[in-house]
Amino acid sequence: MDIVVNMSSGLCLLLGSFLCLSGGIGIIRFPDFYTRMHAVGVTDTLGAGMILIGLMLQNPDSLVIIKLLMILVMTIFISPVASHALAKAAFRNDLVPLSDRNEHKGGTESSNP
Amino acid sequence: MPENKFSDPDDRNLLPHTISLFLILAAFWLLNSGYYTLLILSLGLISIVLVLYVAHRMDVVDHESQPLHLTLKLPGYLTWLTKEIILSNISVVKHIWLGNETISPVLTTIKASQKTDIGKVIYANSITLTPGTVAVDLVGDQITVHAISRENIEVLQAGEMDRRVSRLED
Repeated sequence: MDIVVNMSSGLCLLLGSFLCLSGGIGIIRFPDFYTRMHAVGVTDTLGAGMILIGLMLQNPDSLVIIKLLMILVMTIFISPVASHALAKAAFRNDLVPLSDRNEHKGGTESSNP
Repeated sequence: MPENKFSDPDDRNLLPHTISLFLILAAFWLLNSGYYTLLILSLGLISIVLVLYVAHRMDVVDHESQPLHLTLKLPGYLTWLTKEIILSNISVVKHIWLGNETISPVLTTIKASQKTDIGKVIYANSITLTPGTVAVDLVGDQITVHAISRENIEVLQAGEMDRRVSRLED
């Protein structure tokens, strides 16, 4: 039993780390502000969630599990609000998102700030 | 206390919301503290009462900060949302590793059919929480959405999430 819990904990942590790494690579790779924001979404939701679940499995103490759950709930409530505030601020300041058509012409050049 | 012109005098039974906020704050305090001596517990009680007083002065204790009427329906919706989040995470990670040629960013407006403000907020926040789509603006019942690819917009326009959030309300 112990080894099953340990294995699944390790698997969750590994998967979470992979998702967070993917999010980071997405931030570098994607061509403009708005698309980069979608990459952050991966780190925010499933990346953080998987790492927290992995940590919960590491610890048999129920108080610790509840505290980790609190962190998970907080992240789920706070991260969309922060993302929305960022996107709205960019939109209101006339940052035009890359559209489908000009993406193929000059998309990669605008990726360097 | 300044009079709030938006408050509806008939709809001001705030006792359930106050009790719910008290219970949540008490649970939050007890679980985070872990010390159960008389001094610490009374300090906790004093801070909870202080927070309740401040929240009432700010007029934020109501059906929007404490959506008690959603309690029973919310778990089902959250389960469905979790499934959606996992699926769209996989698709965004696929886009990240396959590179920029696979994405087709779109900015468009979609209609929110919810009647109440809190319904619209739940819908917009669900869109933002799902990777691949971000709610940029919300005016009236029109939500401006930026999506990483055209399929994500088509999924939203099909309106399953919209219907599920609307079903929460009634």
